[in-house]
Amino acid sequence: MASDRHDIEVSVNGTTYRRDTDSRTLLSDFLRHELRLAGTHVGCEHGVCGACTILLDGVAVRSCLMLAVQANGHELSTIEGLAGKGNALNPIQQAMHEHHGLQCGYCTPGILMTMTAFLKENPSPSEDDVREALSGNICRCTGYQNIVDAMMAAAEALRTAAS
Amino acid sequence: MKPAPFKYVAASSLDHALSLKSEYGDDARFLAGGQSLIPTMNFRLARPSVLIDINGLKDLAGVDRSDTAYIRVGALTRYRDLERDGDFLRCCPLFADALPHIAHPQIRNRGTIGGNLSHADPASELPALAVAMRARMRIKSSTRQRDVPASEFFMGLLTTDIGSDEMLVEIAYPAMAPRTGTCFQEVARRRGDFALAGVAAVVTLDEVRRCTEIRLALCGVGETPVDASAAGAHLIGTDCNDEAIGAVAAEVQDMIYPSGNVHATPDYQRHIAGVLARRTLSAAFQRAGHGV
Repeated sequence: MASDRHDIEVSVNGTTYRRDTDSRTLLSDFLRHELRLAGTHVGCEHGVCGACTILLDGVAVRSCLMLAVQANGHELSTIEGLAGKGNALNPIQQAMHEHHGLQCGYCTPGILMTMTAFLKENPSPSEDDVREALSGNICRCTGYQNIVDAMMAAAEALRTAAS
Repeated sequence: MKPAPFKYVAASSLDHALSLKSEYGDDARFLAGGQSLIPTMNFRLARPSVLIDINGLKDLAGVDRSDTAYIRVGALTRYRDLERDGDFLRCCPLFADALPHIAHPQIRNRGTIGGNLSHADPASELPALAVAMRARMRIKSSTRQRDVPASEFFMGLLTTDIGSDEMLVEIAYPAMAPRTGTCFQEVARRRGDFALAGVAAVVTLDEVRRCTEIRLALCGVGETPVDASAAGAHLIGTDCNDEAIGAVAAEVQDMIYPSGNVHATPDYQRHIAGVLARRTLSAAFQRAGHGV
C-alpha cells in the first residue's frame, strides 16, 4: 500500500509543530522520532506498561495507543515540559528525587505525567488513591513504595504552594 | 510492534462514517478509543486497510436521561466520563462497581463504551453488565437503524450482531425498578488484568422484601457473557436467605464451561464464579432492601 500521509499541527508543551506524518505512525514514535522529544519512553507498545504516558488536552493517555494523526489540533504535554526555568525540578520531580522514587528511570517520565494529571484532579489523595492511580505504570526497580511516598510528599508540597 | 499500513480518514459526521463503512465493509474498522484496536494492530493481529476515526463525532458521546424508561449512553462516551458522572452512577450503580476494574486510569481516559461492546471481549465487564441490565443496542447503517437486545447482540468470541456496514451508536439501559439492588464483583490476578471470572447481579424486591426478579450475568467464563439468570428462579417469591442464595451459586457453577487459561484452571474459574455469585447476590439483596 502506498503510504498515507497527513499534515498535522500539534502543540507540545506550548510549542506548535507542523509535520507531515504517515497515518501508521504512533504518537509515541512521532514525539520521539519526528519532534526529537525522546523523554517519552516506549516500553511495551500495547498499553500495558505506562512508560509512554503523556497528557492529551490535560488527560493522561498512552501515546503508543494513539496515532500521531489523531493528535492533530490537540495540546500535548510531555516530560520535557515539567521542569521550570533553568531546569529547576517541579515539586513532583523534586519529591521523586528526595524519596528515591526512581532507580533506572525508564518508567519515570510515564509516572510523572500520570501523577501530574492525577494530583491536579486529586490534590489531597490517600495512599490508596495514589496506588490506584499508579496501577497503570509498571516499575521494575523501586517496588513502588518510594514512588508512593514521593507522591504523598508532592501532594503536600503542591497544596502548600497553592495556599 | 508497529501497525501495518492503512488509509486513515477522520469522519466529519455520522453519515460520513457510515457511508465510508458501507463503501469499505470488513476492510475498514471504526477507530474510537483505540485501546483494544491499536494494540491488536501493533501486534498485527488486526490489519484493517482503512481506519475511520470517529473521535470527532461529539454527538455520539454523552448520557441522555431525558427518557424516564431508559438511560441512553452514546457509543463514544469514554469510561472516564461515566466514572465522573454521579447521576449516571446512581441510575446505573452496576457501573460504579465495574468501571474501576477496567484496565487502568490511562486506558479509561480513552476507552469508550461503544468500542468495548463492539469488541465483545468475553472477559470484559461491560458486556456482562449489558446482559444483566437488559440493555438495548442501537445499531445504524447508512440506510437503516435497528435495536438489538443485549441477549442477542453477543454472538461469539469477539463477535457481535453488528454488520459490516453498521455501527453501534447508542446503548439504552432500562431504568431500574423501585427496590432494586445491584452488585458487580470480579477476581483478577492483578489490578486491571482481565477477569478470571466476574458476576453482575440485579435483585428486585416487593414491598415485603420478597424477590420479584433476579438477573445474573457472568464475564470471563465463556465465549460470550453468560446469562445465568435462570439459576435465580428459585429465589423468586422468597426472602433470599443465605441457604437459597448458596443453592443459586451452586447452580451457576453447573451452568458454565470456563476454558481455563494460563492464570487459572477451569475448576478454579468455576469455583470463583460460585463464590462471586453468592457474594454479589447477597450484596444486591441487601442494597435492594435499603429501598424497602
